[in-house]
Amino acid sequence: MRYSGFKVIKEALTGHKGWKPVWRDPEPKPHYDIVIIGGGGHGLATAHYLAKIYGHRNIAVIEKGWIGGGNVGRNTTIVRSNYLLDGNEPFYEFSLKLWEGLEQDVNYNAMVSQRGIINLIHSDAQRDAFTRRGNAMILNGADAELLDAEQVRKEYPFLNFNDARFPIKGGLAQRRGGTVRHDAVAWGYARSADGFGADIIQNCEVTGFRIEDGKCLGVETSKGFIGAGKVGCAVAGNSGRLMGMAGMRLPIESHVLQAFVSEGLKPVLPGVITFGAGHFYVSQSDKGGLVFGGDLDGYNSYAQRGNLPVVEDVCEGGMALMPMIGRARLLRMWGGIMDMSMDGSPIIDRTDIDGLYFNGGWCYGGFKATPASGHCFAHLLARDEPHPTATAYRFDRFRTGRMIDEKGMGNQPNLH
Amino acid sequence: MTQINRLSGGQIDRATTLNFRFDNRSYTAHPGDTLASALLANGVRLMGRSFKYHRPRGVLTAGSEEPNAIVELRTGNRQEPNTRATTTEMFDGLEAHSQNRWPSLKFDALAINDQFSKFLSAGFYYKTFMWPAAFWEKLYEPMIRRAAGLGSLSMQEDPDEYDKGFRHCDLLIIGAGPSGLMAALTAGRAGADVILADEDFTLGGRLNSETFSLGDETAANWAGQMVAELSALPNVRLMPRTTVIGAFDHGIYGAVERTGDHLATLPAGKPRQILWRIYSKRALLCAGATERPIAFENNDRPGVMLASALRTYANRFASSAAQRAAIFTNNDDGHRTAADLHAKGVKIVAVVDIRPDAPINYEYEVLAGAQIVDTKGRLGLTFAEVKLSDGSTRTLDCGALGVSGGWNPNVHLTCHQRGRPAWNSDLAAFVPGADLPPGLSVAGAASGLMSTHAALQSGTEEAAQVLELKGSLPDLPDAEDAPVSQTPFWYVQGCARAWLDQQNDVTVKDVKLSHQEGFRSVEHLKRYTTLGMATDQGKTSNMGGLALMAELAGKSIPDTGTTIFRPPYTPVPIGTFAGRMKGQAFHPTRLTPSHYWAKERGAVFVEVGNWLRAQWFPLPGETHWRESVDREVRQTRASVGVCDCTTLGKIDVQGTDAADFLNRIYCNGFAKLAVGKTRYGLMLREDGITMDDGTAGRLAEDHFVVTTTTANAVKVYQHMEFVRQCLFPDMDVQLISTTEAWAQYAVAGPNSRKLLRKIVDPEFDISNEGFPFMACGNITVCGGLRARLFRISFSGELAFEIAVPSRYGDALMRRLMSEGEEFDVVPYGTEALGVMRIEKGHAAGNELNGTTTALNLGMGRMVSKKKDSIGSTLSEREGLNEDDALKMVGIKPVNTGDQITAGGHLMGASGPVDAAHDQGYVTSAAFSPSLDSHIGLGFLKSGDTRLGEKMRLVSPLTDLTVEVEIVSAHFVDPEGERLRA
Amino acid sequence: MIINHPLLGSRDSSEFVYLGDASLIDRPDWQAEHAAEAFYDYAYLRDNPAGEHRELWFHEGGDRSWLVVTRNTVTHEISKVELARDVARAQGRSK
Repeated sequence: MRYSGFKVIKEALTGHKGWKPVWRDPEPKPHYDIVIIGGGGHGLATAHYLAKIYGHRNIAVIEKGWIGGGNVGRNTTIVRSNYLLDGNEPFYEFSLKLWEGLEQDVNYNAMVSQRGIINLIHSDAQRDAFTRRGNAMILNGADAELLDAEQVRKEYPFLNFNDARFPIKGGLAQRRGGTVRHDAVAWGYARSADGFGADIIQNCEVTGFRIEDGKCLGVETSKGFIGAGKVGCAVAGNSGRLMGMAGMRLPIESHVLQAFVSEGLKPVLPGVITFGAGHFYVSQSDKGGLVFGGDLDGYNSYAQRGNLPVVEDVCEGGMALMPMIGRARLLRMWGGIMDMSMDGSPIIDRTDIDGLYFNGGWCYGGFKATPASGHCFAHLLARDEPHPTATAYRFDRFRTGRMIDEKGMGNQPNLH
Repeated sequence: MTQINRLSGGQIDRATTLNFRFDNRSYTAHPGDTLASALLANGVRLMGRSFKYHRPRGVLTAGSEEPNAIVELRTGNRQEPNTRATTTEMFDGLEAHSQNRWPSLKFDALAINDQFSKFLSAGFYYKTFMWPAAFWEKLYEPMIRRAAGLGSLSMQEDPDEYDKGFRHCDLLIIGAGPSGLMAALTAGRAGADVILADEDFTLGGRLNSETFSLGDETAANWAGQMVAELSALPNVRLMPRTTVIGAFDHGIYGAVERTGDHLATLPAGKPRQILWRIYSKRALLCAGATERPIAFENNDRPGVMLASALRTYANRFASSAAQRAAIFTNNDDGHRTAADLHAKGVKIVAVVDIRPDAPINYEYEVLAGAQIVDTKGRLGLTFAEVKLSDGSTRTLDCGALGVSGGWNPNVHLTCHQRGRPAWNSDLAAFVPGADLPPGLSVAGAASGLMSTHAALQSGTEEAAQVLELKGSLPDLPDAEDAPVSQTPFWYVQGCARAWLDQQNDVTVKDVKLSHQEGFRSVEHLKRYTTLGMATDQGKTSNMGGLALMAELAGKSIPDTGTTIFRPPYTPVPIGTFAGRMKGQAFHPTRLTPSHYWAKERGAVFVEVGNWLRAQWFPLPGETHWRESVDREVRQTRASVGVCDCTTLGKIDVQGTDAADFLNRIYCNGFAKLAVGKTRYGLMLREDGITMDDGTAGRLAEDHFVVTTTTANAVKVYQHMEFVRQCLFPDMDVQLISTTEAWAQYAVAGPNSRKLLRKIVDPEFDISNEGFPFMACGNITVCGGLRARLFRISFSGELAFEIAVPSRYGDALMRRLMSEGEEFDVVPYGTEALGVMRIEKGHAAGNELNGTTTALNLGMGRMVSKKKDSIGSTLSEREGLNEDDALKMVGIKPVNTGDQITAGGHLMGASGPVDAAHDQGYVTSAAFSPSLDSHIGLGFLKSGDTRLGEKMRLVSPLTDLTVEVEIVSAHFVDPEGERLRA
Repeated sequence: MIINHPLLGSRDSSEFVYLGDASLIDRPDWQAEHAAEAFYDYAYLRDNPAGEHRELWFHEGGDRSWLVVTRNTVTHEISKVELARDVARAQGRSK
């Protein structure tokens, strides 16, 4: 079924009787060419690209709960490609380009909205670093713009330009950055993959891998054994738990990141703002809620909930940056489990186990990476070689000393 | 306007009349009213518009669960969007406006959406607005954004203050209804430290809304007496107007006290709200229950409300939505409402009870086995249509319709740590599950005990149990103990546009569509239809939607599951979470010992982390910062300059193993450093990347002073303690941070020794022979003041750093300035400091960026392979030692006058400019007055072998390409003769 | 969260700074045969359990002790708090 304005009108006039389930609800087959574990954004995107670009039809995505219930459904919806390092920037720019064509690609309106993102600058050293980054972006084919304080004020006059502890001295803008309706990303990819024949199997929890002679033959699940030519894991947040079943230890810790939304408000924020002197980033959803977040709680956690100190810390950042939000009310807070890797960058790679592939370590950059992650993981699964934009995302970079450390924080995951 | 719907009695103070305005019309009210009760009393039912269809909306509830009656409260910079009229305490002069309507509440242009509702089905926007792609940002989205949203912000800075506080208690009781009051009495009499918090401004919970009695007292009076007794107990703290918003780890509860929201103006210096962190040994949830509605066609008109709310307005607030009311119920509690309203003189046109065996009443009509099937009334209810048990229909003429579908225990806080509620089939409701937050118990209606007697009893028993009280417990008053059984009835068959979520406009038909399209998990239902995502978080709507989905899916309600309850229980102003940590108080400000002196000199300051440092010292006539900085550099290099470098971290290291310890901390050797000598030290992280650099001076065999960069002072100290305590626990070494203990000044320039000679007491030899380059020692200055002197140089000049106890810092600076007059001494700030270190080729924060190695910095050989030090092993990894590794270089423009841009990238002299041809980047740049040229430092692939090479420095971001030459990073005095002079 | 400091009693976790897995105490011998591999493992690989986790916290806003806290990463329940120095010694670390 093709979605369009005409279809919506036709259905409205005929009592909405023609709408079909957005994806089927199949029982697992005994064997697939490729099984993807994890019905989140990355897993579903992988299925879409495997089908659409690489021609695979006999594939399945298995999900322990409901699709889109992990981090794709609990993030601050920001997309951008404002990265510094060569290992990252081409990948994230590839992702941003895929975002730009997403709706037409999957025929689902995920509301990709390029209203721009500005990273604020508060010191000369920060301007130097952002200049280097902006240049790296442009050299990699992305867009970047360096703003002075007056230019920022013109766009966001309500930021604290009067009494700021850390005055705003400018910003690095990426006009093509913005937000995407997060749930719709999962649903759109699911619908597309399903349309190509991929089975999306919910409430199907992996309980183990069947590995014989160093080869992965499939997965044991709550719905029985599912055989697979190849198994791809895309369960960021739970990577440690899952790969532990295959006997692997990872360069990853699981941490909780909280996010927040305010009550609905008439439009105040056109784009995304990132505070450079505190941990705070914010945008406003189409529904009107201010969607914002900050730093990790900082301790290992699988709890999908955080504690008050970080809530306060984030709101302090918000008030320091834009004191006009003081009377807006925080409506809801939630937590997602982040795969915090040892250098702050992801991994898309084969494992030492034949037929077992890994995608994870997304830290809190996973949402914006969804399309490229899916595309590159599909490429790896289909061709057994890394996609050209993801060659650096190898497991062995830690052993060889080729870390991709955007923040320069070293092997301490909670600092990335 | 008169209060046409004001009833008799109630807990309002009729002796005082308050004036308020709603949508620019004036009304009167009394203390004790809420905005909602006052509007109802004044005959105003229409209070808002819904989110999507802009349907007219009135109050649904009388509490914080309100989805409909939300307004913009106050005006100007205190405008507060989305404020529940139902919990807004009336004050004189209150001003409120309806929201999400244009041009007016009665004539809202976007009400047209309602006519097109067919096309605006759940999730319709996911299926359209895709063509052409570019139209989303340009046309569709701006349109949607303008239509969406609820209230508006003033866009001005919130002028009010907010506070934070901490409280501790043995028992936190959440909710001051019958169970909470009894629990507080029980625990309070037993001597426990008790906090009793309730979101309402009058404690008592539902007791204030009821007409039955407890013992010989009316319910409200009994509650009043309890409150009086509890107030007299010194160990009981009553916290009205306080919402416990969340159950966090280890018995910590967040609570928001609204200290000023009920006041027309805040007393000076008083906070509007206070965020409390309550540390409780145990907690008892007595949060009561919330009535649930029944969905039927057009059940959203102003005047249709929860039956219990109608009762609360009548009994407590002496107001009614209309003079003629009907009740629609599936349980006995609806009849209680009818009786109370009837007693207050409101005409009960009928009680419509779905049950064929509904109780009979002789004073008004009870329609057993009947259902409401539709309503009429454009801006408020005028008629309700009933389908009688015999299938015929009847129209009821009524302006108020109370709906009762039974009660849901308020289990929210029991689920804040991701526990799931349990299904109770007798109540047909979720009750607290087994997996409660540790330390939390539940009593009263929140636990599913719905009668007043049971609530009282469980309050006292739970309190006794959690506090392990022995002996007799307080007597309970006689109270109603009606058996409660709730037969589930969620919606009237055949309805379609029957509202579940009234704020977000989610109807029965939307849930059906959600099911049809496969969004069957409750989380999918919520996200697809937006059910329960409005400002009330679905307190009255989630259950109905869930029940409907369960029915459609052919599953039981508990099998269908619930969405997760998350904090905060009710929305909290962002300002409250921030407290006073905003504006200048956002972070603490650290001042250097010479700060006030520098301020007198007119210094310009810059934030360096939390420090404020003098950036430069402008002189009269200097119009550009460069003039000042260039002068400071020239004068320092020509004679002598002084810079406050107190902000550098200082760590005192003492113990017999101190040298050995530093040998582990630094990658270069320290064991053999002689007493009285200082050495440059490079510190690696365990991953082999540079962490920090600085110096360590050996003041005695077992005593070193380590300096760190300003930025890394805290991190390095923490790291050193880690190494000391966790890796080498038996080393005899002690650490203490003395950053704030010593004021430290760099005294640099050819005349620095001469200047210091006038300060340092004569018995100390500071000649080049007696105190050579890299010497250090304890000295005295100014006639006996203890001090430390280090002959180290960041500027490349003959230089010293002199430290005195912080309290003498200001005096020492002034003395250096006055004694230095004859040498034309100049104070210099961080800019000149930066210029001189770039001229000298010293790495600083821009180079030590967390990704660079000793090799990159040109100090690869410093990493000793003869000893174990942190980071040495992993620094040998191949990826960190590639042949074309980045090396630190100096950069000079080929054409004098061209500027070097920090953050620019280095490309070959010709060829393409793109990432693939990127060869390095500029880390630091400055104008060098010494060379009369812009210069820079940077990292370049194999840079050490490329000196003299011409390259392009490109900065497309700033639209700049400059021809540059790669040179040694040591622009000034490469041989180091000056610093050894 | 509240951390029951063995010397100072119960303290709010916001007084502390978190580092990571307590296995960071087990720093390999730099002269061992496979030291490079051992350091890679030590610095980068983690068990990352969903359940009981022994982890290092630094009492920065307090007495500057490093603590080994045994905490459940699913429930956040803390079952044990020890001085890291004692743990290190018990594991045979010395100078």
